[in-house]
Amino acid sequence: MIRLGVPSKGRLMEQSFDWFAQRGVRLSRAGSDREYAGRVEGVRDVSLVLLSAGEIPRELAAGRIEMGVTGTDLVREKLPGWASDLVELAPMGFGHADLILAVPECWRDCETLDDLASITRDFRAAHGFRLRIATKYHRLVRAWLAAHEVADYQLVDSQGATEGTVANQTAEAIADITSSGATLRANNLKILAEDPILRSQATLFANRAAAGPEMQRFLAQLGVTV
Amino acid sequence: MIPKRDKQAVGQRLLAAFRDAGAAEIAPDILLPAESLLDLYGEDIRARAYVTQDPIRGEMMLRPDFTVPVVQAHMENGAEPARYCYLGEVFRKQDMGDERPLNPRDNEYLQAGFELFSRDPAADAELFALFHRLLTGHAVTAETGDMSLILDAVRALPLTDARRDALLHHIWRPGRFQRLLDRFAAPVVPRRFPDTAAPWTGLRTDAEMTARIARLRADTAVPPLAEVWTRRLNRLLTLRAPGPTAIRALNALAEDWPGIAETAERIERRFASIAARGIDPASVIFDASHGRATMEYYDGFTFSFLAGRAGWPPVASGGRYDALTRVLGKGREIPAIGGIIRPGLVAEMEVEA
Repeated sequence: MIRLGVPSKGRLMEQSFDWFAQRGVRLSRAGSDREYAGRVEGVRDVSLVLLSAGEIPRELAAGRIEMGVTGTDLVREKLPGWASDLVELAPMGFGHADLILAVPECWRDCETLDDLASITRDFRAAHGFRLRIATKYHRLVRAWLAAHEVADYQLVDSQGATEGTVANQTAEAIADITSSGATLRANNLKILAEDPILRSQATLFANRAAAGPEMQRFLAQLGVTV
Repeated sequence: MIPKRDKQAVGQRLLAAFRDAGAAEIAPDILLPAESLLDLYGEDIRARAYVTQDPIRGEMMLRPDFTVPVVQAHMENGAEPARYCYLGEVFRKQDMGDERPLNPRDNEYLQAGFELFSRDPAADAELFALFHRLLTGHAVTAETGDMSLILDAVRALPLTDARRDALLHHIWRPGRFQRLLDRFAAPVVPRRFPDTAAPWTGLRTDAEMTARIARLRADTAVPPLAEVWTRRLNRLLTLRAPGPTAIRALNALAEDWPGIAETAERIERRFASIAARGIDPASVIFDASHGRATMEYYDGFTFSFLAGRAGWPPVASGGRYDALTRVLGKGREIPAIGGIIRPGLVAEMEVEA
């Protein structure tokens, strides 16, 4: 039996259902809208587990589900050494989002990461503490800034409404997921002219240890080649 | 696998040797307040140190090294000159990339260390010779450097203050340093700072931005750094040779570069002082970039003893950190140098020998 984890609500769930339906596998919620049990038609020996998207990486790594749909951002942030446990089976073409670094739009002297690196140095000298970057993607942002040798900053944790931290003066810059950039603009922030820290989209993952004939059959039916 | 008890025994032997060399043993806490470590090392320390939460004391770190707590203890109540030694665990986590390492490094290991707070110019040679003696008979090679050489070299370049400060700031970040240097060696491309309708937001002030824009505008009038200087700097940064050869090369460089003459002389005196302690200077490598990729607090003499085995960190390492005592000393400062030996690695070499 293959346990397939899919986000339990919202557009991510609907688009995941559509993606499987286009490949002849009908997923649905059993019973009412509030129930998190799932139903699978069109394939044998697969069961549906509806989970919060943020928990799917952990459940996959622990082997409590064999396959799962989640964002590449969540896998890379939450699972150090993820590629040792998980296989990326197929990008699914929705849930696109970039992890980006954004600064106040009024900073006319800040276009690139080099500018930001220089500003962090001035900021620390002027204010006596390191320039604060608000994010929930601590590992990804830290690793990216370390790779680019930016040092005079600190991360502050922000689990939501991250774009508001600059106006509230609890951070000077933010690193967050954006798809259209509309929320950033509404909060008078602009994206640095760099490649994103990460380009993410909804992706079908499997636990490496769960590979076998059963999964091969399922993947063949989905038209996914590994 | 060597039992921890055996590593501990090697550590005790090293500690006893440090005591015989005149050091007083101290035992810093294992749980340290995170704040001063974060302020010193920046965000990168979080990728390496174990962070935990204390309900009363706030964020704490499992000791990632001894130097900071030893310096803090000395600055609180130490007399000069002072020699300290210690033996204990340090804790470092390995921040993984996409794949789990096949052979994870130790995340908890012993360090036996010696820290020397003294204004005696021979302190560098004293510490180096002590470490050299304790590692005699082990298959290690000694490498040394001196961060003040690069610092002085950059200070003596014909640069504006703004450019010099930027370069000095990034000496410990080789990629960024090189990019800055490349930029300063080329004509400045004038830059526009387009107006925006966006309202001011955040803690950074308009005045801070205006000051930076003025600095960048003034920089457009600065002529490029002459090629002869980038060539000399490159020759200096890539200098790596046995002691006597390196000293000859440094003295040759110093003829066109008076700003490094004093440090070159000091390096020569240090090698003489090391030789006077019975160590052949030709067996000691001098590498001008040694210490550039390590912790930011070294600002003078640096050294490491390497076993040259794949995946092994240095068996011993250390250096001078005068600026650190200034940062942690709240107004006081004292020249300081220290180093650590990893008893676990020494034990492993002894088992195989």
